[in-house]
Amino acid sequence: MPRRLRQWGPGLLLLSPSLIVLAVFVYGLIGWTVNLSLQDKHNALPSEGFVGLDNYTNLFTNDISDRFTHSLRNLAVFTVVFIVGTLVMGVLWAVLLERGARAEGLFRTIYLFPMAVSFVASGVVWRWLMNSGTGDNAGGLNVIFSGLHLGFLENRWWTDPNWGMAAMALPAIWQLSGYIMALFLAGFRGIPHELREAAVMDGASTFQLYRQVLFPQLTPVALSALIILGHMSMKMFDLIMSVSGPQYLTEVPSVYIWQMLLTNDQAKAAAIAVFLLLVVAVVIVPYLVYVNRAEKRS
Amino acid sequence: MTTDIVTPSLPGEEIVAPSGRPARVPGTGSGMVWRTVRYGLLIAFVIIMLMPLYVLVVTSFKNGSDIGVNGQWNLPTSWTLKSWDKAWERLHDSFLRTFELAIPVALISSFVGAANGFVLSRWRFPGADVVFTLILFGMFIPYQAIMIPLGDVLNETSIQKGIPRLILVHVIYGLPICTLIFRNYYATTVPVEMIEAANVDGAGLLRTFRSIVLPLSLPGFVVTIIWQFTSSWNDYLFAIFLSNTRNGPITIALNALAGAQSPDYAASMAGALITSLPTLVVYILLGRWFIGGLMAGSVKS
Repeated sequence: MPRRLRQWGPGLLLLSPSLIVLAVFVYGLIGWTVNLSLQDKHNALPSEGFVGLDNYTNLFTNDISDRFTHSLRNLAVFTVVFIVGTLVMGVLWAVLLERGARAEGLFRTIYLFPMAVSFVASGVVWRWLMNSGTGDNAGGLNVIFSGLHLGFLENRWWTDPNWGMAAMALPAIWQLSGYIMALFLAGFRGIPHELREAAVMDGASTFQLYRQVLFPQLTPVALSALIILGHMSMKMFDLIMSVSGPQYLTEVPSVYIWQMLLTNDQAKAAAIAVFLLLVVAVVIVPYLVYVNRAEKRS
Repeated sequence: MTTDIVTPSLPGEEIVAPSGRPARVPGTGSGMVWRTVRYGLLIAFVIIMLMPLYVLVVTSFKNGSDIGVNGQWNLPTSWTLKSWDKAWERLHDSFLRTFELAIPVALISSFVGAANGFVLSRWRFPGADVVFTLILFGMFIPYQAIMIPLGDVLNETSIQKGIPRLILVHVIYGLPICTLIFRNYYATTVPVEMIEAANVDGAGLLRTFRSIVLPLSLPGFVVTIIWQFTSSWNDYLFAIFLSNTRNGPITIALNALAGAQSPDYAASMAGALITSLPTLVVYILLGRWFIGGLMAGSVKS
């Protein structure tokens, strides 16, 4: 035992402050939030007791104008458009660039630069671009559409009650497509050259080469990309606060939490937060286990 | 010798194109057409991507009367710095404060991340994998799930409100990603033999780390410093929960400037540019390592 202690002791000592801090600030605070979500605490006064899962069931069955389910629907629309849009753009750019191009560095730099900008800053300009005025009152992108005689494309952007959240995803797509491009570009360049050559020797067309040889090699990259985009989408807060501000029309759970905290409804805020966490955990935990196993095999 | 060890697996390097002319791929038939389409698309996307930047710059130099509905997309009829003055007036305090936030966060996170990453890459104590997975999970949680009690917990401490508290939380919640970056970096670049040799020489873990591993860590530091600098600079969620316009970072101040019902668009856009300048400079100067940080975010190195 003392020998093992000497072997692992110093390492654990170096690691332990971080472990303690994370145990408290990640898992401890999650526990605290879970506990809060089970309390009858809807104002600044102390909790009026334990109410089990009531706060959760109320979210789905007893929320004024179905506010929570509405925010979930918003989040779903946003997430689908955001993930699909970002993946399509990112993969397309990677395919266009992967065999090398003149001025490739310049293209990469321009596609990636929005990643360095905060959602709060880019929200300022996207709010202007997605001006909801049409026709004579057109502003932002709608002006461009009418200038190009594409008037039918003019729309109300995020102010549309049904599909507004799809427009809300545009700034996020603009911001993150370059990231996905970078991931896939690295993936493409990691594929051994022989695979490509063999396929070409066998007479594969370019389409077949991508479809049957290259894309299957990129499954792990695609999985990482999905995970990253998916968990970002669940957290989406800054962008919406900056483009529309908090309002029912564009509300997603994370904004709803913020609104509830402003009115001191801590238990409800906590219940929404825990729900979000569970959604993320259901996807992330198996992913982390999978990555861990894959690493051990290699 | 040292450079040999350090350079090969710089994160992000793998996406640099293989040198030499791109191989001609047969089977594309009319190569010219494909080439034209390819560059046509690439350039079209460049225009789309730069459009918001164009709007930001052009609008920020416009006069109030110039911003109306007509000619929104045109260049200013007369260029003026008035809105930049106004935006700077509103933002300069928080601009400086955000450096006081982002620089310590970047440095502290990197050192702690390096220590953790080193331990986890070399000392396989029982349960190391579980511990590592538990650390990583902290990277993916929606921070709303810890935010509600976080303020109360911090109120119990004597840490000053505003920037000091934000430094603490960014360091804490940046631990998982920094640990991950360094763990992957050490696992692939620092040869086991070197560490074993140091062990044989009787150097303890701390001494091995300080005198052998740290000097090789510069590329890892560049990545984590950029990553933590950018994410604490751009953060809005922690900022809105834990600070206000008087003691908080620039995102809060920008939102106050731009978030009004009918905002002064010229000043807001000048403000958005001021807010983005430091991270854009970092990105342009250190782009390669910036990408390295992004890659590390994908967990699998």
